[in-house]
Amino acid sequence: MSGIKILSASASSGLPRMDKTQLIVWTMALLPIVVLCVFYFYPLLRVLTISFTEPTLGLENYRDIFSSSAVRRVLKTTLWICTIASAVSLLFGYLLAYAIVHASTRWQSWMLLAVLLSFWVSVLIRAFAWIALLQTRGLVNETLQFMGLIDEPIRFIRNTFGVILGMVHYMIPYAVLPLMANMRTIDTRYVPAARGLGASPFGAFWRVFLPLSLPGLISASILVFIFSIGFYITPALLGGGRSTMLAEYIALQVNETLAWGQGTALASSMLFVVFAMLLALGRIVKFRNMFGAG
Amino acid sequence: MERLRGGAGFAFTLCLAWLLIAFLILPLLVVIPISFTPERYLSMPEGEYSWRHYETLFTDRRWRKGIFDSTVVALGASCLAIILGTICAIGCWKLSSRLGETIRVLALTPMIVPPIVHALGMYRVWVDYGLIDSYLGLILAHAMKGIPFVVISVSAVMSNFDPRLEQAARSLGAGPLTAMRLTILPNIWPGVLAGGVFAFAISWDEIVVALFLTRRAVYTLPRQIWDGIQDNISPAVAAVGVLLIFVTILAVLGKMAWDRRMATRESRRA
Repeated sequence: MSGIKILSASASSGLPRMDKTQLIVWTMALLPIVVLCVFYFYPLLRVLTISFTEPTLGLENYRDIFSSSAVRRVLKTTLWICTIASAVSLLFGYLLAYAIVHASTRWQSWMLLAVLLSFWVSVLIRAFAWIALLQTRGLVNETLQFMGLIDEPIRFIRNTFGVILGMVHYMIPYAVLPLMANMRTIDTRYVPAARGLGASPFGAFWRVFLPLSLPGLISASILVFIFSIGFYITPALLGGGRSTMLAEYIALQVNETLAWGQGTALASSMLFVVFAMLLALGRIVKFRNMFGAG
Repeated sequence: MERLRGGAGFAFTLCLAWLLIAFLILPLLVVIPISFTPERYLSMPEGEYSWRHYETLFTDRRWRKGIFDSTVVALGASCLAIILGTICAIGCWKLSSRLGETIRVLALTPMIVPPIVHALGMYRVWVDYGLIDSYLGLILAHAMKGIPFVVISVSAVMSNFDPRLEQAARSLGAGPLTAMRLTILPNIWPGVLAGGVFAFAISWDEIVVALFLTRRAVYTLPRQIWDGIQDNISPAVAAVGVLLIFVTILAVLGKMAWDRRMATRESRRA
């Protein structure tokens, strides 16, 4: 009885009810975006505007990026370190993802556990561990000296090598996870089929598996490269001010020399590069699939 | 498949993979012996072990403040991120159009923007808002960083949700909010929980934004660690590292056990 009453009531007010539902849905979807606009997108916009307005109105800050030799040096260092660190992380990440996807179930979960563990350990603790191991009076140098292999301690950190090592260590999991997500979608019968048709193990990998994993490889490389461009903590701690990367340089500009215009112009350029790369990536894979892996 | 696994080539690949895993994990273990050194400076204990650096974490006023502030900020930020991220994910799912997709991508931006860029912007805007060096200021900043993770994990669960369940509730007379509460929420809470844990971890570990937005009044654990590394490389950092790694192991193991349980429940249901 009461059910019928409710049904007829809702039928008679069918249209307004729809409107109310729509209103609720729109509020739910948009309220978080409004909050993001106030506390996230507006600050980003401020970075952009400051880059055009301080100290004077115009494109001066961007012109300085190209004319300042200090900035050029930082950009060169950043690009060079990012490229090497991303390439090494991808190579290692690919190998690891390939091994995990093809390992037996029991080993698979152990390997995955290790990758996830390293993924989640704090970036500061990682940097600390590397410093403890590699500084001139650290464990590695002391051991090598004790064994008589070297006379003088080797300089492992507070240089480019230290930065790359720290970045690779941090980014391998970021390469492994999207690669694994992609490799899991590859039909496991293709490679045996290629083998059955006479391909060598390497031939089957090179001509069948690798091309099929290319979308994963491309999205992983763009993700890893995007992350490495913005790296701040690891270079700051392991680079020791010797091979300053872009993020650290921006922080220096803003905190020490108070050159907000220059700092925000560099930050905005960083943002442009990241979004351009994301757009390129968006053409290759759907954003949803890309982030589903993390 | 068998042929692939059995080959000598794959055995070699597996060996390399284990070497890489050793490279990922072993260097971190160095914090364990260092944390037990009896010395004040960074060193390996030589025959003598001490808990003093663990004691420091709980007796030293600054370390205690770091732990307390991080907990307050991470709890606040993850609660806020859970609420905003969940309603955003449900709203987008119900819009289920290009627009919903666009909104979702917008909500994911804080994940991909380099931290230094939003740290600069937030610093300038927080000065205007009067939020510099306040708990609320850092909570808001960290909540924005946490939203994407909640949106992703809730959206992932939502994609398995049968919209007919909600329609059924609506046709039985439930209002839109009641229907949502009774059909959607009970089904998505694992995603909400997972997203909340992500958001908590993101905030707990965040340093770049904290460096810009806080001074003295708010001093999170990562800032203490940052100081501990930069100034005199205190072994207390190793002690805190051991505790953090231990918690991470527990969390990852818990997550894996949880996934397995959910998987068996799914298969039982099917």
